[in-house]
Amino acid sequence: MMICLGIEGTAHTFGIGLMNSRGKILANCWKTYIPESGGIHPREAARFHAQNAGKVIEEAMRIAGISPQDLDLIAFSQGPGLGPVLRTAATVARALAAWLEIPIIGVNHCIAHVEIGRLVGKAKDPLTVYVSGGNTQVIAFASGRYRIFGETLDIPLGNCLDVFAREVGIPHPGGPKIEKLAKRGKKYLHLPYAVKGMDLSFSGILSEAIRLVESGERLEDVAYSLQETTFAALVEVSERALAHTEKKELMLTGGVAANKRLREMLSLMAKEHGAKFVVPPAELCQDNGVMIAWTGLLAYKSGCRQRLEETQVKQRWRTDEVEVTWR
Amino acid sequence: MEMIKKGAEADLYLADFHSVLHRGGKGKVIIKLRISKKYRIPEIDRWLRKSRTSLEAKLMMDAKAAGVPVPVIFEVDPESSKIVMKFIEGIQLKKILDRMPTKRRRKVYRKIGEYVAKLHRAGIVHGDLTTSNMILTENDEVFFIDFGLGEYDSSTEARGVDLHLLRRALESVHFRIVNEAYHQIIESYRKTFGSGAEEIIKRAEEISKRGRYVAREERTWR
Repeated sequence: MMICLGIEGTAHTFGIGLMNSRGKILANCWKTYIPESGGIHPREAARFHAQNAGKVIEEAMRIAGISPQDLDLIAFSQGPGLGPVLRTAATVARALAAWLEIPIIGVNHCIAHVEIGRLVGKAKDPLTVYVSGGNTQVIAFASGRYRIFGETLDIPLGNCLDVFAREVGIPHPGGPKIEKLAKRGKKYLHLPYAVKGMDLSFSGILSEAIRLVESGERLEDVAYSLQETTFAALVEVSERALAHTEKKELMLTGGVAANKRLREMLSLMAKEHGAKFVVPPAELCQDNGVMIAWTGLLAYKSGCRQRLEETQVKQRWRTDEVEVTWR
Repeated sequence: MEMIKKGAEADLYLADFHSVLHRGGKGKVIIKLRISKKYRIPEIDRWLRKSRTSLEAKLMMDAKAAGVPVPVIFEVDPESSKIVMKFIEGIQLKKILDRMPTKRRRKVYRKIGEYVAKLHRAGIVHGDLTTSNMILTENDEVFFIDFGLGEYDSSTEARGVDLHLLRRALESVHFRIVNEAYHQIIESYRKTFGSGAEEIIKRAEEISKRGRYVAREERTWR
């Protein structure tokens, strides 16, 4: 049996996960960078991660009750993500692997979300709707790779909600507060609807939603309309992908998976197609080190090996570029 | 009225002309009904079905005006998101293309290339160019159907995607003849489209290399 330490660092969250090769989670710890104002500043986030890395690793070791010498493998998020943040996580990973003289393996962040969901959500071969502040993708496994069946052409859905919140003066974190406001919305205000073939676009909706608030519409109504419109588009694209791929399971993951209305809409759609709907627990939907550790183990066990010089980060590493050797 | 296809977005029914439109009429009609979705609120649901029904009908009429064989539309009712159109007697190209004699196949390729070019020149992209969406009639005419994913878009990217999807559809269903098919269709497309065709053909190749679109051949389920 192997024990793997997974390091997540692509955006706000620096996470450490400890897992064994039987799929048992030994520890899941993280620290999240919250900007004082505005959106994420990549270098400040990287500094925050560097300052907290040691503490989070120690905490995870303590919870798991193991020492560094018990580790067999280091996995880290190699991409996609913000450059400075990725490089910080990679540096921590290289240092640990070199010091302990154990193998290192870089993992695709988006695929890690799918893999941990498959493990804990008990889904064999799901169509995955992955929605966060950094990504919006509809993913399914087909002929040897995770293929993207639909994605955003501009901003991620989570980012659309975050920016809206910020622009209308809702403090961080915006998502949950928009959800609360939306529950008190009464009137649907028309917003542009942007499904383009199998893809999505949210920037036009965002501008219009902000404009509506500025023109004096009730914030509750705009929040409600924003959620209903963006979610309807996402569910529609997911439905097309589900019909096309004929998968029997539908999984929702990523930070926006916390939203109850989105869950309700996707589960209604899944039901119509006779598909099982699964959502992993919240701490494994958001960015976390456990998913990195698990995917690292899967890759390593299937024969993947990486030399140190192959561990440079890939900011725009696409889901469908990864050769999936473990399926 | 008999349901002939249950799609992700709409259902298709086959009915007699006289039972739907006018008792003096002959032949069959197709009724396309956009389905209401429980997951979205009624305001969005109604608006989407209504505007998409109008758009599809408009695209089909403009395609016809541009010289592309498409079913004649008899009735459009955005309120009930319904389109009644002529039923085209023939066979889905998907089912017969591989088995056709070479000479007849060439004729079909030429027509497909010509019609896609005419659509594009008219500012239309079909959005779902597969051989399931082409009907071959007895006198070797090729009808384009299902403009449900169509759009008015004159960008090189949109046109490139259209060509790319066509190639992917050929690859997945007609893998034995995909090279001759795509090559000859493109040759005819180039001829009809005229200047500017090269850029679009090149873009289609780039899109293939991005490796993210997949064939939508079997998108509907039965």
